[in-house]
Amino acid sequence: MLTILFDGVAYGMLLFVLACGLAVTLGLMNFVNLAHGAFAMTGGYVTTVLLNDWHVPFLMALPIAFLATAMLGLLLERTLYVRLYTCGHLDQVLFSIGIVFMSVAAVTYFMGSQQQSFQLPAFLQGRFELELLSVGRYRALVVAMGVAILIILQVILMKTSFGSRLRAAVDDRRVARGLGISVGPIFSLTFAIGSGLAGLGGALGVEIVGLDPNFPLKFMIYFLIVVTVGGTSGLIGPFLASLLLGIADVAGKYYLPDTGSFAIYTLMIVVLLMRPQGLLSKAQ
Amino acid sequence: MHPAIQMTGRSRNTSFLVEQSRSGLAELAVWTILLLAMFLAPGRHQLLSEIAIVALFVLSLDLIMGYAGIVSLGQAAFFGVGAYSAGLVAIYVTSDPVIGLLVSAAAAGLVGFATSFLVLRGSDLTRLMVTIGVTSLLGEIANKATGITGGADGLQGISIGPLLGLIPFDLYGTTAYGYSLAILFLGIVLARRIVGSSFGLSLRAIRDNQLRASAVGIPVNARLVAIYTISSVYAGVAGALMAQTTQFVSLDVFDFHRSADALLMLVIGGTGYLYGGIIGAGVFKLIQSVLSDATPQYWHFWLGLLLVVLVQVGRTRVIRSIANLLGLGPRQISPQANDAKMSQPR
Repeated sequence: MLTILFDGVAYGMLLFVLACGLAVTLGLMNFVNLAHGAFAMTGGYVTTVLLNDWHVPFLMALPIAFLATAMLGLLLERTLYVRLYTCGHLDQVLFSIGIVFMSVAAVTYFMGSQQQSFQLPAFLQGRFELELLSVGRYRALVVAMGVAILIILQVILMKTSFGSRLRAAVDDRRVARGLGISVGPIFSLTFAIGSGLAGLGGALGVEIVGLDPNFPLKFMIYFLIVVTVGGTSGLIGPFLASLLLGIADVAGKYYLPDTGSFAIYTLMIVVLLMRPQGLLSKAQ
Repeated sequence: MHPAIQMTGRSRNTSFLVEQSRSGLAELAVWTILLLAMFLAPGRHQLLSEIAIVALFVLSLDLIMGYAGIVSLGQAAFFGVGAYSAGLVAIYVTSDPVIGLLVSAAAAGLVGFATSFLVLRGSDLTRLMVTIGVTSLLGEIANKATGITGGADGLQGISIGPLLGLIPFDLYGTTAYGYSLAILFLGIVLARRIVGSSFGLSLRAIRDNQLRASAVGIPVNARLVAIYTISSVYAGVAGALMAQTTQFVSLDVFDFHRSADALLMLVIGGTGYLYGGIIGAGVFKLIQSVLSDATPQYWHFWLGLLLVVLVQVGRTRVIRSIANLLGLGPRQISPQANDAKMSQPR
């Protein structure tokens, strides 16, 4: 019972790490980026290549995956995404679906369509056996990283001058620009960090949810549920939504295997009907 | 905003309406091509019939997106309901295709009416998610109700009687193409009446500015419910046609890909002038067959590249210049007002 709850929490944390970048780009910058999963997939593949072909230690591979994906995000943001901030949502949807199609085909071409996997280092294998529950070491690491990332992001967003400049730029970019805030670089950096976190999530997720070229399509709906249900006003909402989704998904699959995904979609529709702006936001 | 909407005086208003519902030379050309294809491409009737069905499906999306400004990624829900209803009618009730079509239209319309209340609230993103969610739910129901739908094996044993009791369906898809084309024609004629009426104009007003539309006394929610239901009937008919002409229904009618592809086709063909569906479906299927012949495994890459380029260059610009070339003219292509509404000034 508690073990299932913990697995659900770990899965939720993984979803949060994967989706928190999207919570920033979609939630705050109001850019409908369906290609977020493509960045996560990039991180996953970078990690598998590093571990399997280059024999880089796992804990070293994670920051590299983060940086590599962030660089890719920065590159794409500067060249392509930057023109679309002012476009309508439909253009953004089409553009990012295009990116998804391209990434899926490109990864299939270079890496093949089979499932990827790697060997975890010994100290992350096995479980802690506590009195009531047994905790997988790897999942414990994921939970710890999820909490750490939430705290770091929340501090950056709320306490630093970068965070306040970002929030200003998001609320009204013309006025922010008028006040001397350089909106472009701020958005680029934010986008890069968001992509990097997706890459980190993809790297962490290989062990839990697997990795194959269809990853961006398979998990697109999950990311979007996290952000829409969580609301677009901050990071706490998406965090709670990821936990809810993770627990509901794991518990649903375990206790009611026949109606597992049923519960999630019903839950999403009900929440969106009750609170169209998301869980935590005030009704408008 | 269209200049004619600001005009006063009854005669000028009505002349605008008449102009809206008149058929142009380009339209005639489109139908001539589609009819000629019946005779000029005898080996391709299967593909052509598929294009006609998909065109009707995209038309259903155009009705809500191009005219009422409701963004949806869940149009496949009604396609699927229509397809399964047609299949079940053929198995358990009657093999007459027209009756099956009518029943499916009613079933899809009912589901559309019931779910239309879900898309009234919230932003574009909420609507996208809710429509995706509804489609996934219906897909799950079809997947689990194996006793009725056959589950993952699909609905088998559909046999369709001759059309109007006279013309049997053949192996080469000739009857299927004629049937689908006739229904598509009826659909377009009806859709023209709808969007050219004052009802259609009020929809465009809602699309351009919901607040102002309600301020001038348009019952916004009732109109949106109505057009959403009409659109779901169209999608249901398309699904029924698919089930009847292929005599098979499987779970992939509820696929996310189906809704996404319809959106792409509509964008390739252009929103808000009814023929975007036909043009988009034709171009899309053409690209698909050329690319998947060249690189069967990776054709999605080139499709993605096409989309990225299309958006980066400016989709309205591309589509409008092509439409001008074809003579469909700027009169019939409405400006991308729903984009203008959502975007901020540069």
